[in-house]
Amino acid sequence: MASYILRRIWGLIPVLIGVTILVFMIMHLSPGDPAKIMLGPKATTESIAKLNAELGLDQPLYVQYFTWISNVLTGDWGRSLQLKMEVLPLVADRFGATLLLTLCSILIATAIGIGSGIISAYRKFSWTDRSLMLFVLVGFCLPVFWLGIILQIVFGLKLQLFPISGMYSPGQTGLMDLFLHLVLPSLALSAGAGAVIARMTRSSMLEVFEQDYIRTARSKGINERRVIYIHALKNAFIPVLTVLGMQIGFLLAGAVLVEMVFAWPGIGTLMVNGILARDFPLVQGVILFVATTYVIVNLIVDILYAILDPRISYQ
Amino acid sequence: MKPQLQNEQEKVLNPTVVMEGKRGKRADGPWKIACKKIIRDKASMVGFVLLFLFLCLFLLAPVLPLQNPVEVNLAKRLQPIGTPGNMLGTDHLGRDMLSRLIWGGRVSVVIGFIAVGIALVFGTILGLVAGYFQRFFDTVIMRFMDILMAFPYVLLAIAIIAALGPGLLNTMIAVSIVGIPYYARIVRSSTLMYRNMEFVLAQRALGAGHWHIIVRHIFPNCLPPLIVAASLDVGWMILAASGMSFLGLGAQPPLAEWGVMLSEGQKYIRVAPHESLLPGLAIFLVVLSLNLVGDGLRDALDPKSK
Repeated sequence: MASYILRRIWGLIPVLIGVTILVFMIMHLSPGDPAKIMLGPKATTESIAKLNAELGLDQPLYVQYFTWISNVLTGDWGRSLQLKMEVLPLVADRFGATLLLTLCSILIATAIGIGSGIISAYRKFSWTDRSLMLFVLVGFCLPVFWLGIILQIVFGLKLQLFPISGMYSPGQTGLMDLFLHLVLPSLALSAGAGAVIARMTRSSMLEVFEQDYIRTARSKGINERRVIYIHALKNAFIPVLTVLGMQIGFLLAGAVLVEMVFAWPGIGTLMVNGILARDFPLVQGVILFVATTYVIVNLIVDILYAILDPRISYQ
Repeated sequence: MKPQLQNEQEKVLNPTVVMEGKRGKRADGPWKIACKKIIRDKASMVGFVLLFLFLCLFLLAPVLPLQNPVEVNLAKRLQPIGTPGNMLGTDHLGRDMLSRLIWGGRVSVVIGFIAVGIALVFGTILGLVAGYFQRFFDTVIMRFMDILMAFPYVLLAIAIIAALGPGLLNTMIAVSIVGIPYYARIVRSSTLMYRNMEFVLAQRALGAGHWHIIVRHIFPNCLPPLIVAASLDVGWMILAASGMSFLGLGAQPPLAEWGVMLSEGQKYIRVAPHESLLPGLAIFLVVLSLNLVGDGLRDALDPKSK
C-alpha cells in the first residue's frame, strides 16, 4: 500500500510540472506586451521597460520560468499589481472562505445525492423514483448563478430568512452569523454536484441490489435497513467516491460563480477582479493554487479508493 | 428440385435472403434502429421538440416582429411582465425583454454549437493520431491532455480568458480548448479498439494508406460515442459561456446575451426580479432540452448505457 501511494505521488510530479508551465504561459500567451497591458494605454516606453525589467520579462522564456518556479517553491508568488500585496498570503487568506463554501456544498450534495439515490434505487420505476430523477435532471441543468439569484429572491428578499450577500453582517464575527450567510451560497453550489451524485448512487445501488449476496442477506432475514446501508451502500459507494472526487474540482471552480452572486470573499472574486484589472501575478497565483489543490485532492481520492476497495490492484 | 428446398438452399448460400422479412424488406441498420429507439423515448422526444422550437425561434429572430434588442427607452424602464407592447416587460434601460431573450438565445446557442464543433474537430484529430500511431504521438498528445485535465474545467476556461483577454470570441475559444481533451480521450479509446480489428488489418494487407484507414474506416466507427458526447456537451458549453459572460469575462454589454442579461438584472432583483429570472429560465430550458436529447441519443446509440 505504501509503495502504491509513493508511486501515485511520483506520477503526480510530471502533471504538476505541466500545470506550472501552463500557468506560467498564461502571462506570455496574452497578445501584446504584458507590461504594456498591465500599465494601460497611457504607459510610456520607459515605464514599460522598467516594469519589464522588474518582472524579469526581458529575460529568455526558460530563464523566466526557472526564476518564477524557484520563487514559487520558496513561497515568493510575486506581488499583486492592483492590491499591492504579496500574492501567496492574499490567496491563502481568501482560500479559507472558498474552502469553507466548497466543503459545506460537498456535505449538502453528498447527503442529498446519496439519500435520494438510495430512495430512487430502492423504489425503482415508482413515482417517487421518477419525481426524484426529475429533480436531479433539473438540478443538473440549472445554471448555478441563476439558482443563486432565485435563492436570494425567495429566501433572502421574500421570506427574509437568510442574508443575501457577504460572509458576515457589518460588525459581526459570530459563528451563527457566518452560518446564516453560508446557507444560500452552499445550497446554490451543491445543486449540480448533488444531482450527479444522486444519479451515480442510483445506478450503482441498482447494480448492487441485483447481486447474489444481497439476495442471500435478505433470505437470511436481515433487517432491510441493514441490507441497504451496510451490505449494499458499502459496495455501491466506491463509484460514488470517484464521482465525488471529480465534483470537488467542479465545486472549487463553480465557487467562482457563486461567490460573485453572493459577494462571498473567496478566491473566485479575487481572481475575476484580477482578470478584469489585468493583474497577472495575482491571477497566476490563484490559478496555480486551485489547480494544485485539485491535483492533490484527486490524489487523496485515488488513495481512498484503493483503501476502500481491496479488489483494486496496487501493482 | 422442389421449390421449397430450393428456397432453403438459397437461404443457406445467401444470408441476406434470411435477413429479408416476409415482405422482402431488408433488416434495419444500426442508425435506423437508433432512430426508432429515440422516437419511442418520450423524454427525448420532448427534448427534440423543445430544441426544435427554440432553434426555429432563434433562427427566425431577424424576420419576427421584434423590437430592437439594444434600443434604450428610459421612459419605459423596468416594466413588469404583461405590459402592453412588452409582453415580457423591459429591463433597467427600457429594452424589450422578449426581443433581448430571443436575440440573446441566438448568441448563446451559436457559441454552444461552434465551441463544441471546434473541440470536436481538434479532439477527434488528436485522438485519432494518438490512438492510431501510438508511441511518440500518443505519449506527447495524451500527456498534454492529462495536464489540461488536471485543471477544473471552469478554472481552465477562466485561465485561458485571463490570457487572451475578456470577450465573446475569446470565451468561445476558451470553452472549446477546455472541451478538446474530452473528445481526444473518447476518440483515442475507440481508435485503440478498432486499429487491430480484422477489417482494419485487411485494409492494411490490401495496401491502404494510414490516412485512408483512419478517415474511411476508423473515424466512422468513432462517431456514435462522439455524437452522444457532443449532444450532451452543447448544453455544458452554453452554461459555461453564459457563466463567463455573467462574470464579465465573456460577451460585453450592450450585446443581448443571456449571461450578460443575468448579470445586469441581478442589480435590480429587488425591484424587477424578472430581469434576471427570465434569461436564467431560458438558459435552463435550452440546456434541459439538450440534455434530454443527449440522454436519448446515448440510450439509442450506446447499448451498454441502459
